[in-house]
Amino acid sequence: MLKGHLPLWEVFVRGRRGLDHKHIGSLHASDAGQAMKSARDTYTRRQEGVSIWVVRAEDIHASQFENDASFFDPAEDKVYRHPTFYEVPEELKL
Amino acid sequence: MSFTDEQCQFDAIIEAEEKIEPRDWMPEKYRLNLVRQMSQHAHSEVVGQLPEGNWIGRAPTLRRKAILLAKVQDEAGHGLYLYSAAETLGVSREEMMNDLLIGKAKYASIFNYPTLTWADVGAIGWLVDGAAIVNQISLCRTSYGPYARAMVKICKEESFHMRQGYEIMQVLTGGSAAQKAMAQDALNRWWWPTLMMFGPHDSESANSQQSMKWKIKRQSNDELRQKFVDQTVKQADHLGLAIPDQDLKWNEERGHYDFGPIDWEEFTRVVKGGGLCNDARLEARRTANDEGQWVKDALMSYAEKHSKSDVDQVA
Repeated sequence: MLKGHLPLWEVFVRGRRGLDHKHIGSLHASDAGQAMKSARDTYTRRQEGVSIWVVRAEDIHASQFENDASFFDPAEDKVYRHPTFYEVPEELKL
Repeated sequence: MSFTDEQCQFDAIIEAEEKIEPRDWMPEKYRLNLVRQMSQHAHSEVVGQLPEGNWIGRAPTLRRKAILLAKVQDEAGHGLYLYSAAETLGVSREEMMNDLLIGKAKYASIFNYPTLTWADVGAIGWLVDGAAIVNQISLCRTSYGPYARAMVKICKEESFHMRQGYEIMQVLTGGSAAQKAMAQDALNRWWWPTLMMFGPHDSESANSQQSMKWKIKRQSNDELRQKFVDQTVKQADHLGLAIPDQDLKWNEERGHYDFGPIDWEEFTRVVKGGGLCNDARLEARRTANDEGQWVKDALMSYAEKHSKSDVDQVA
């Protein structure tokens, strides 16, 4: 492994007020301040955002682990969680 | 930036129909107003589980039971979205919970009424959730970003709540005379408390006017109440049920239904703790909190033990 590689950060950008921050990519930086400046220069050169979050990649726990095929199964057979499951007259705007 | 610059920028954002976001400067009263409204909204979702939870074990079919479980589960989720959104204003979950448990914070007064029959589950979905949706659709345009986003998500999920309730009412009104009477009785008991959910008349609501100026609220209590009445009359007609209001009639000139006076004395009495279930609701929340504490403690102690052994292994 190469020595001296800087830690990995994930970058989230809010496109404009009212929207969620969206994951846009990642970068390597020494600390949060550096990560923030690099994120600005890398991802918002054309005013793509009004707010940036940077998070150390190692602090993110993702659901993609091995044997997770069944992880989302519980929602599969619960069609009654959707409004279209119910037969009510459409003209009543329920 | 000086205070007046900050105030000007805040005013400009509101004026431009943009959203205020968590790290923005905001007037302290705007923040407190939001904390009050959002935590009250969250508490309503959580306490709102109780009247319906009362019927999970007695739902008439497995289908209805699965649906009711899913609905009550949603309400808990909606409470969580709202508490999380409120936490972005610098108030802690513990503070909000504590205010509910000591009776300082309010929640929707409608949940202080009892669910006496299965038809009440139908009526709650149809009327109470129907009223909540009217209010929440309006709040999707609220000026505080995290609140608006929570509302969008909640509205999407809430649609099934109303429809399952109406479906229950359809089944009952299409059934025996006794079932139909049960449906009518539920409508009779839930109608007026549902109209009270929108809060005092605009002329009586001081909080409300400031909230409108800040665009926390987008439509007034009376406007929202009228919208609900207008949409619900047709729905009751379709069921063949009579709304318990002799003054209810179409007003051609206004283009809306007129309706009779609301009993505000009852509203005040129930808000102040005089409803049939106020004590039981808070007691249930306190019990859940007290009896659930060991679970949190056990989870934390397990997590701490494991993080320690992880460190040991690394070492």
